[in-house]
Amino acid sequence: MGLRDDQIERYSRQILLPNIGGKGQEKILNSKVLIVGAGGLGSPCALYLACAGVGTIGIADADKVELNNLQRQIIHSTKEVGKPKVESAQERMVGINSDVKVVPYNMRLKSENILDIIKDYDIVVDGSDNFPTRYLVNDACVLAGKPLSHGGIFRFDGQAITILPKEGPCYRCLFPEPPPPGLVPSCQEAGILGAVAGVIGTIQANEVLKYILGLGDLLVGRLLVFNALNSSFRHVKVPKDPDCSICSDKPTITELIDYEEFCSLRKDKEE
Amino acid sequence: MAIKVRIPTPLQKLTNNQAEVESEGKNVKELIDNLESSFPGIKERLCDEAGKARKFINIYVNEEDIRFLQREDTALKDSDEVSIIPAIAGGA
Repeated sequence: MGLRDDQIERYSRQILLPNIGGKGQEKILNSKVLIVGAGGLGSPCALYLACAGVGTIGIADADKVELNNLQRQIIHSTKEVGKPKVESAQERMVGINSDVKVVPYNMRLKSENILDIIKDYDIVVDGSDNFPTRYLVNDACVLAGKPLSHGGIFRFDGQAITILPKEGPCYRCLFPEPPPPGLVPSCQEAGILGAVAGVIGTIQANEVLKYILGLGDLLVGRLLVFNALNSSFRHVKVPKDPDCSICSDKPTITELIDYEEFCSLRKDKEE
Repeated sequence: MAIKVRIPTPLQKLTNNQAEVESEGKNVKELIDNLESSFPGIKERLCDEAGKARKFINIYVNEEDIRFLQREDTALKDSDEVSIIPAIAGGA
């Protein structure tokens, strides 16, 4: 298709990079990325992908912008409080770069809608904030064979892993089941420093761009563990689990599960 | 025989907010029992009633997940580093 003059100017600093060039930029412009969650992780990820020129960005979130989001959810601004997050995110992304087509999904992903949504995308980014969605996204990506960039944060801890179904382990190979209600601190007692979300969400954007461009080594088969208090990044090995309940040769999970929501704060809000 | 154990944020309430503690044990099972003596309550966060590691918290010896070694029987040697890494879901 060739790049327009304004595109060559806009993307010049990444076109200059070895192994990217005009060809790589065209790959980015032709790519389709779905981001689950327009929050702490989704905000920085979506902004960097929009800036880089990802051609189609789907963004799924059922919430509206609240004032207490703005300490970390850097895609939204004060004047958007009360607006659906996906609309606010769409306006910001298109405002930065009109090369990007944004597809908003103002809904919670569930077993009945997720497969239909992810089928149109090259790679999925999980920036959700709860275990039911995280296991649903993993399972759907495994069943549909979609690459997935997983990121999670809790207070001063962050984690990231990239899942290439069939080639490497999935999230259930790492953590076979979500914790039952009551065993992990609930979201209301958690708290998060915005920059910690920024670190992990940015790593997810970087993984997506590497995947699109075929560059470097993805976080496949290894979990990146970030500790914000001592500024350390470590890796642990994540082998493919031969007994994985969804991605092994003999899966026991063959259809999607909607785990019960157990964050009492969110439950109260929805009721 | 000192083993350095990295404690994740959700469990640091049990370790007086320490992110790293030292303990001992010739295998992971002994290490967990010793941790329990120093920090009562930590064992039930790591293991189910049968003493097996829970499915949403992993224990690593250096970089290796004990589920793919000899689980709780995985041997430890001096200067090994053990990391406890739970599933975390935050992202909003």
